[in-house]
Amino acid sequence: MSIRGKACIAGIYEHPTRKADGLSLAQIHAEVARGALADAGLSKDDVDGYFCAGDAPGLGPMNMVEYLNLKPRHVDSTDTGGSSYVLAVGHAAAAIALGKCSVALITLAGRPRAAGQSQVRPAPGATADAPFEAPFNPVIATMYGAAANRHMHEFGTTSEQLAWIKVAASHHAQHNPHAMLRNVVTVEDVLNSPMVADPLHRLDCCVISDGGGAIVLVAPEVARSLKRPVVSIRGAGEAIKHSAGGRIDLTYSGAVWSGPRAFEEAGVRPSDIQYASIYDSFTITVLMTLEDLGFCAKGQGGRFVADGNLISGHGKLPFNTDGGGLCNNHPGNRGGMTKVLEAVRQLRGEAHPAVQVPNCALALAHGTGGSLGTRHGSATVILERQ
Amino acid sequence: MSQTPAPSANPEIQPYFEALRDGKLLIKACTQCRQPHFYPRAGCPFCFSDTTEWLESRGTGTIYAYSVLQAAKDLPVLAYVTLDEGPTLMTSIVDSPPSALSNGAAVRLVVRPGADGALAPMFTLI
Ligand SMILES: [Zn+2]
Repeated sequence: MSIRGKACIAGIYEHPTRKADGLSLAQIHAEVARGALADAGLSKDDVDGYFCAGDAPGLGPMNMVEYLNLKPRHVDSTDTGGSSYVLAVGHAAAAIALGKCSVALITLAGRPRAAGQSQVRPAPGATADAPFEAPFNPVIATMYGAAANRHMHEFGTTSEQLAWIKVAASHHAQHNPHAMLRNVVTVEDVLNSPMVADPLHRLDCCVISDGGGAIVLVAPEVARSLKRPVVSIRGAGEAIKHSAGGRIDLTYSGAVWSGPRAFEEAGVRPSDIQYASIYDSFTITVLMTLEDLGFCAKGQGGRFVADGNLISGHGKLPFNTDGGGLCNNHPGNRGGMTKVLEAVRQLRGEAHPAVQVPNCALALAHGTGGSLGTRHGSATVILERQ
Repeated sequence: MSQTPAPSANPEIQPYFEALRDGKLLIKACTQCRQPHFYPRAGCPFCFSDTTEWLESRGTGTIYAYSVLQAAKDLPVLAYVTLDEGPTLMTSIVDSPPSALSNGAAVRLVVRPGADGALAPMFTLI
């Protein structure tokens, strides 16, 4: 059994805030839920499936279901960090395909800036891995820095090549009035920005923002009854990559597994994809993911992203046309939701005209949640305009 | 961090912390498939046998990857070291100027208190 063609994205909403002073976390969840349902032309009482992740306050979905006053017959709060919302699209599609629900709501909200937290720390707990990592103060930037260090060592990837990813994102962000960083930057700007965790410069890192987003998935017959363009789920894949008993290889991500699973279910190849939303916590995350998804050979990511190849209207693979996490936003340090939202905009023809991919019919969204340096969730979805 | 129990209170890994007090690094090897692994577990992560035994590492290896946090240049450098026994572990490089580090450089064990206060296996350039 496959989920191909069994569920559609009918509603999306991205919260415009980037600093949510005066808004509670639950309130942001509710605002994005309201926005996505209005976009779909559905009401709260149509929702019979609810999906959230670790950003939702409370125990799994229970407290949010109460706050929103929903009555779902199917819930799921699988948390794979920032990839959760891409993963949830696959899980919601599967639930709809099985008849467990017909209108599934996925919400994300975060307010680390309003709360004065520059980095969300993993929740304390007696995980088996913690005693073997906590002594070494592994902040996110150094773990990703180490992954970039090893990728450069093995494949000759350069800082200039990584910088091109930021340059492409900035070209897109200039057209997004909500983006935090709207100035177009050059490779030199990236290389001249302060080193954070070498080889990663400040402009190799994503922004920290508040905000949120929501997605409404529905059964195909519901989608056809609505007035919005029909965006169908064609394939989904997921994976967890970890330290594998000490057989650590930092040069690839879980996308090497989630990608092929999604492509197989969708029955398409990387060369068929017209637009890609790629998780961009750091520039290295994008470069490695593009290789792992098969857009280029392993080790060739640097060459692939160089010279503006990711810039819409210029390069072969337009990516993150909203500016992505590198320039637009990264709500709650969880960028998977916005990856799906921009892919849907592209398929609907609702991206900014300056970055809209002409006749975009097949798009991919990919999330990487957790750390490339330890363990992360990887989720890939392939979406199609009907 | 205060909600996390002291790691040495975990019986599964207590010998690891006792050995660190003696300046030694213990890893685990499977009694069935013989393969060494890290972090240490009571069961084998490879063949899934339920019997593993402690193995004292020679304490030598090479730098697999590293990254210097510029805002904390005086602190130990985050690194991954591949032990001569095979497993790669997250660790810190100490007593070595960051500019002297390179992938593949030989290192040896030094036991120091980590950021969480517990003794931890760190490495220095040979
Ligand atoms: Zn074994």
